[in-house]
Amino acid sequence: MTPTPVPATPEALAVLRTALDTRLTGPARAWLDDALVDVRAETAPAGRTPPAAASTRTATPAGAAASTRSTVPAWELRFAAAGRHCGHEHADAVRVLLLTEARPGPETLARLYHQGSAAERRAVLHALPHLVDGPEGLPLVADALRTNDTGLVAAALGPYAAAHLDQHSWRHAVLKCLFTQVPVAVVAGLGHRAHGDATLARMLADHAAERTAAGRDVPHDLHRVLALTAQARP
Amino acid sequence: MRIFDPHIHMTSRTTDDYEAMYAAGVRALVEPSFWLGQPRTSPAAFLDYFDALLGWEPHRAAQYGIAHHCAIALNPKEANDPRCVPVLDVLPRYLVKDSVVAVGEIGYDSQTPAEDTALAAQLQLAADHALPALVHTPHRDKLTGLRRTIDVVRESALRPDHVLLDHLNETTVAEARESGCWLGFSVYPDTKMDEERTVAVLKTYGTEKVLVNSAADWGRSDPLKTRRVGEAMLAAGFDEDDVDQVLWRNPVAFYGIGGRLRLDVTPPQGPHEGNSVLRGGE
Repeated sequence: MTPTPVPATPEALAVLRTALDTRLTGPARAWLDDALVDVRAETAPAGRTPPAAASTRTATPAGAAASTRSTVPAWELRFAAAGRHCGHEHADAVRVLLLTEARPGPETLARLYHQGSAAERRAVLHALPHLVDGPEGLPLVADALRTNDTGLVAAALGPYAAAHLDQHSWRHAVLKCLFTQVPVAVVAGLGHRAHGDATLARMLADHAAERTAAGRDVPHDLHRVLALTAQARP
Repeated sequence: MRIFDPHIHMTSRTTDDYEAMYAAGVRALVEPSFWLGQPRTSPAAFLDYFDALLGWEPHRAAQYGIAHHCAIALNPKEANDPRCVPVLDVLPRYLVKDSVVAVGEIGYDSQTPAEDTALAAQLQLAADHALPALVHTPHRDKLTGLRRTIDVVRESALRPDHVLLDHLNETTVAEARESGCWLGFSVYPDTKMDEERTVAVLKTYGTEKVLVNSAADWGRSDPLKTRRVGEAMLAAGFDEDDVDQVLWRNPVAFYGIGGRLRLDVTPPQGPHEGNSVLRGGE
């Protein structure tokens, strides 16, 4: 499993690329190199001619109602196909790398998320802190947090949510982790945001009381977050 | 007994079914797109359904140790509804996804010109995406429908050995076999095939290129029928290797044609509290 970058820094991306170079098989590495060529060619600034190596595959709808031909950029087809070419255990990291190279704007990013498989959506969420400075990515985080797919919930709670998610939604996200057994270790900035949060402390205590009343164990992670809330904000 | 159910509609099934299927030996399945019982009224309704087949349903399956793949298509029944047909334009976007291993289920329902068009178009899409196609044979006027299906397959760009003809029975198996396509048998409690008749067909025609499925959905059906066929095969004198060929190796070979099959799924943490999808608020 190639780790996905948590800190939103260029250094993290360099570490990611090095890890992929080490772990991918020869054909997978070659596929990734070709994919990055496609990305650079298709996302080149206006006025620059894309290199001849770039290929745009035309996806032709052959249906009765297909009166138009839609063209999907080759790099987006690569983004969809990363799992079968690089191995599913490396697909998140490969997709994050493609996204950070392509640097799509918030609209394209939202389209890739909404048209993506669960794995593609996860990659978009991981890439948010690298690609979106403001709150424009929050609807994607909110969408992921509405699901009960634990992979999406975990991916939504990275550094982007730590920086932008409002406190009410963030508290509910932490509680949802406890409900769905997502380890709170995945929540970026947990200590920073939990410190001194009396409302979160109250919600955690209520949840603990509810579980105890039902004769169920209180998860260890609940005590961990509760302890963090007791500390003063730095 | 390791089992690959090559045709089952898990969207319509409960987590109890996943649990029972795992206990019976099911480790992988393909969920083809189909009619939901309630007619759809727009392409958007298909998109939500396809997204579930690419997200929620594999997540649910993985919690029970079952690898979930899907086949994407406009189904034959709704190919007749002009409100639904534009979804054909969107299919290419889905056919590139990692867990989409086939185009399907396509084929005939009432054998109309609109179904001719949708079938031909989607066989072409399968060829364009280097995927096999799951082609359902109609419930009404079945033999005529089979012949018409085989004609359209022969005229298409898709090789017959990249086509699975499903819902076959004693009246259609011989001609289906002659076509060079793979042969699918759906085993139901009341309709379609049953265990004993399936075993009789296997005795006559052999185990090569034969797949057995439960086609379980929202109707009277049983997701453990694959296992029951395996047991009936053993009772009738087939050996374990024959059973493995029909219930595992044949579906793996057919759905592996596109190079996207992934069979190494392990449950993330095990089922929540042992018996439920992770939902919270238990």
